[in-house]
Amino acid sequence: MKQSEFIITLNQPIAKDVYKMRLLGDTSHITKAGQFVNIKLDGFYLRRPISVCDIDRDALTIIYKVVGQGTDLMAKMNVRNTLDVLTGLGNGYDLSMSGDKPLLLGGGVGVPPLYYLAKKLVEEGKEVTAVLGFNTADEVFCEQDFKDLGVKTIITTVDGSYGTKGFVTDAIKDMDYTYFYTCGPEPMLKAVYKATNTSGQFSFEKRMGCGFGACMGCSCKTITGNKRICKEGPVLVKEDIIWED
Amino acid sequence: MGRLSVNLCGIEMDNPIIPASGTYGFGYEFAEYYDINILGTFSFKGTTLEPRFGNPTPRIAETPSGMLNAVGLQNPGVEKVISEELPKLKECFNKPVMANVSGFSLEEYVSVCEKLDKEPQVGWLEVNISCPNVHGGGMSFGTSPEAAAEVTRAVKKVTTKPVIIKLSPNVTDIVAIAKACEEAGADGISLINTLLGMKIDIRGRKPLLANTTGGMSGPAVFPIAVRMVYQVAKAVKIPVIGLGGVSTPEDVIEMMLAGATAVQVGAANLVDPYACKDIIEKLPEVMDKYNIENLKDIIGGAL
Repeated sequence: MKQSEFIITLNQPIAKDVYKMRLLGDTSHITKAGQFVNIKLDGFYLRRPISVCDIDRDALTIIYKVVGQGTDLMAKMNVRNTLDVLTGLGNGYDLSMSGDKPLLLGGGVGVPPLYYLAKKLVEEGKEVTAVLGFNTADEVFCEQDFKDLGVKTIITTVDGSYGTKGFVTDAIKDMDYTYFYTCGPEPMLKAVYKATNTSGQFSFEKRMGCGFGACMGCSCKTITGNKRICKEGPVLVKEDIIWED
Repeated sequence: MGRLSVNLCGIEMDNPIIPASGTYGFGYEFAEYYDINILGTFSFKGTTLEPRFGNPTPRIAETPSGMLNAVGLQNPGVEKVISEELPKLKECFNKPVMANVSGFSLEEYVSVCEKLDKEPQVGWLEVNISCPNVHGGGMSFGTSPEAAAEVTRAVKKVTTKPVIIKLSPNVTDIVAIAKACEEAGADGISLINTLLGMKIDIRGRKPLLANTTGGMSGPAVFPIAVRMVYQVAKAVKIPVIGLGGVSTPEDVIEMMLAGATAVQVGAANLVDPYACKDIIEKLPEVMDKYNIENLKDIIGGAL
């Protein structure tokens, strides 16, 4: 983990209520796809944990949805503003289990962390398929970014206004894959858990206090003991998950 | 001894800064970020007899200038604290640590304190009779002078190390409870634990925390903490540890002027992992600004 200042170099809407922000700064502590950053905002006490969508040597990209007052403030921030950011948080995805044909399943703002993962898997020569689910056509984002990586990309919308009608799980029924990685709202993760026939990794979202393992605010029970979503997570392997209800 | 040093219940500390229980794990988590030996000491995660998972999530909510938590004393239980956590701590911390103890019965407090008292790494026992997030125990011992005195007496009988009783602010007369603890043999008082609060999710139209209520902390509670530390410090002769929303070197000085011998830092650690390090490093400069030569000289200066 590292605490440092980042400069906003881009902050623009890319879909309904969804923004892309590029932050210039030290990314050296971000070591794995699926990790997150925790952002301090003026006027708010707790930081905002947001997954990393992409990194290069001196900048990181996040994609966030305006869901409350904090993200609303973020959407209004100007280029050249600085942010106090904790980087390198969370365990991230383990690529070593992917096999030759990994499947990525993303839902809404669960899509961004899968982008950097896709990039890494493609670099390793894997044949990657991404199924990205949204509610409606105006919420769709990142389709072209995945395609530009050479990833076979399927978009689903719940109302059928774009791509395949239905949920991500409707689009994978006859699909052949070696392993899967997923991130999205919990009802989607539960559906993915049931609909998949291989092992895989799930990235969870939970309300956090600190984001670095100190407060025990985001604990969950797993097969291998209690874990903190911010520290031993947010990624849990399928075999480890205990659903709360 | 340096300008920042204080003496807490007979133990000399390099400085009065103590990360508060529940915001600092068992210390080694923060040793990844800086050398935790710069601290006065720290109070480790509230420990009970049996392992506890704590409350369901969500356990955390944001408030104006603060937060609510309803973690519910998640901890591995005293046996594992002794066999696993303390050995890990030993590798990165060479000072006496403050052992924070919670319980649901008199017997539990006694048993956990007795075990931790025997650990050479433990310098002080901090007995939490003020957790607002558990049912049938915790805070109920801290809301009446008689019950608080009973816990104090029982723990003192089985321990050799200084016993500090951590008090709840959710009471009508904090002074009466502090005095009852002092008369029962307490070596020190720490206050305040969190204030009982609540947040409702207006979209979902229900309480945001799974536990319904939670304990409020952060800068918003600081003036309440200062007031209660002041009232208690006026009334007792034993040392007082001040906590509740402390975030800056100025807050530390204010707490000490109100009567605190040492100062705990809680929620600030969760927002800024370097909060305690920054406070310790900036204290000398801020002391210069207010013409304070030695911190120990200002304890109770405003009483």
